[in-house]
Amino acid sequence: MPASKKLSATWCEARRNALPALATQTPATPASIGVSFHNVEKRFGSLAALRGVSLEIRAGEFVALLGPNGAGKTTLLRMAALLMNPTRGAVLFTNGPAVISQRVGAQALFVRPKHAIGLVGHSTLLYDELTAAENLTLFARLYALDKIADTVATALDDCGLATRVGSLVRTFSRGMRQRLAIARALLHRPSVILLDEPAAGLDRHGLAWFSARLARLKSDGCTVLMSTHARNESLDLATRAVALAGGRVDNDSGSAGDPRALLAALRTEQ
Amino acid sequence: MKARFTITALVALLILCAGYAALFIAPDEATMHAIQRIFYFHVASWNAMFCAFFVAFYASVAYLVTGKRKWDALGVSGVEVGVLCCTIGLITGPLWARPVWGIWWTWDAKLTSTFILWLLFIAYLLLRGLVEDPEKKASLSAVFAIFASLDIPLVYLANRLWRTQHPQPVIAGGQGSGLDPTMSKVLLLCLLAVFCVMILVLIDRYRLELLRHDCAELKFEIESRGLDASEGAATPALQKGGQ
Amino acid sequence: MTTAKAAAIILAKELRLEFRTRELLTATVIFALVVVVLFSFAFDPTAAESRRYGPGLLWIAILFAGSLMLNPSFAREQNNETLDALRMAPISSFAILLGKILANFIFMSLAELVLVPVFAVLYNLSLAGIVWRLILVLVLGTLGLTVTGTVFSAVSAHARMRELLLPLLLLPLLTPLLIAAVESTASLFAESPALDRTWFAFLAGFDIVFLTASWLLCDHLLAE
Repeated sequence: MPASKKLSATWCEARRNALPALATQTPATPASIGVSFHNVEKRFGSLAALRGVSLEIRAGEFVALLGPNGAGKTTLLRMAALLMNPTRGAVLFTNGPAVISQRVGAQALFVRPKHAIGLVGHSTLLYDELTAAENLTLFARLYALDKIADTVATALDDCGLATRVGSLVRTFSRGMRQRLAIARALLHRPSVILLDEPAAGLDRHGLAWFSARLARLKSDGCTVLMSTHARNESLDLATRAVALAGGRVDNDSGSAGDPRALLAALRTEQ
Repeated sequence: MKARFTITALVALLILCAGYAALFIAPDEATMHAIQRIFYFHVASWNAMFCAFFVAFYASVAYLVTGKRKWDALGVSGVEVGVLCCTIGLITGPLWARPVWGIWWTWDAKLTSTFILWLLFIAYLLLRGLVEDPEKKASLSAVFAIFASLDIPLVYLANRLWRTQHPQPVIAGGQGSGLDPTMSKVLLLCLLAVFCVMILVLIDRYRLELLRHDCAELKFEIESRGLDASEGAATPALQKGGQ
Repeated sequence: MTTAKAAAIILAKELRLEFRTRELLTATVIFALVVVVLFSFAFDPTAAESRRYGPGLLWIAILFAGSLMLNPSFAREQNNETLDALRMAPISSFAILLGKILANFIFMSLAELVLVPVFAVLYNLSLAGIVWRLILVLVLGTLGLTVTGTVFSAVSAHARMRELLLPLLLLPLLTPLLIAAVESTASLFAESPALDRTWFAFLAGFDIVFLTASWLLCDHLLAE
């Protein structure tokens, strides 16, 4: 395959170039990045998490990823988060028609848009032995944000943890941790937001805050990919619904379509 | 298939000839007599071991650079065959040493380094057994193989430097120095024969690893098409794999 | 962001986490002391004997303690998958590794700061006049231990039975380091102390080889 040969030749150079390029990148990239999956397959040994998923998510779309446990939602999100390489196929990041980064098999090409991606994972991605403020400060530093103290204070205030700034995350309730996890993921103002069951553990009040936060992100033009297997009010924001089953796209309302039918099916299921 | 059979038969013949030559053609050694004949296979297995580990090192680097599965398969094959040769060397060594030097083992630089080498690559095999995810297994074990390979010259150098500072046991009395012409011819034959056996085993092991991978691939294919593996309906997947 | 700056942030995080509980540090010191005390039953710790065996005992204690202490370095990132968060951040993977290497180096050095004086007292060895040279040897030896140990901590974190696997991977690999460190230390504890240049250079060489290798391979080490 000459194409893949060529890719691997440019790969090393791209890797080399990626680091200085990242350093010069501004922390808050303009919010117009889309993600597209091209026939993505992912296997863990003989277990297949994804069996050829093709999805083109345009910049600014709010996609609800639906499907039962084991459908491949988490794997898809982790791949978009650059945490995992597809076994086959490619994951592309697009800026309008231009491809700004892609991963083909085990290879990553061009700059990895790490600055532009935020993930709320299955786990909280927080250090239990650090305080809420210390956790956020750590990530603010790693993302080289400006005015770190202000940014962190604002974020903590926003997620309603201002009174627990100095407490260890270990002492937090499930809902508080989740709120902090969401605040951490959004701290660097990513334009691609990946949410894996973000409502887990949130109470009614937390959910309301979360939905409001998402609505703001949506109006800012962020691309949102949210997986869920249960109904919650933030789903009303979705412009598109994609149902996965057994590692394949089972049903897709499409970029121009109406997600309500699919979402309604989810609701009656519960 | 026929070619493979022929090659295997030829190698078998070669190793038989080598065995015969080592036992009956090579002249009797003046002081050590019959036991010295173990030398032909002892040296040959060390030689094969170094080749096998070199293959493993090369394959590990190639895997990390290209990410292709076949290099991982070659890497693990190289290590397994290398460990086998190393074990043969470590067993024949003391067998030879005991009657000649009166001791089973001596902490000489070569011996010690080889023993460490053996331990390192046993650890490599252990590591592979303990990591679940195949991709992780491949990349982590390649990293370890490279570290281990880098370590070997250091181990040898350290032992050389160290042992020269201590009273050194007489070892092998400079076996290369006064080798009889027939002896060196027999040694050459044995080197070649054991090397060929090693390559043959290595290739077979490599094929086995690839077949295992193909097998997993086919299982995956059957599963992903929603076919029942127990049914004969699995043929489309098999045909695809057979291409 | 430069790798150095990112590594400094990771280092600061590691130090903060450890000094909050000091669990790892305390356990390491106690373990090393236990090893040293146990050796006194295996060998007669009179002055002449201890000159011969002392350096070896000291380094065995350090290596064993290190192979236990380095395990949590990556394993504790798995609690909330925090390693994923670090990998997602726009920093090079070598920065993550380097930060951890430096942190582990500091932890090991602190443990040795307690261990070495206690060892000298128990085994009746005089540190007078050789302190700085001994520190130099300890620094190079510890650096080699923490570089390889941190790398293999990342390897073993993905395996089952990782607590057992790390020493199995690490200790055979460290034999050249052990020999060089023991010989350098022995040259300092001799009747007329003089640092053995060859072994000292060997230690430095070991550190350079494996630091370079970990720099080259860190992407594969931390990639999923």
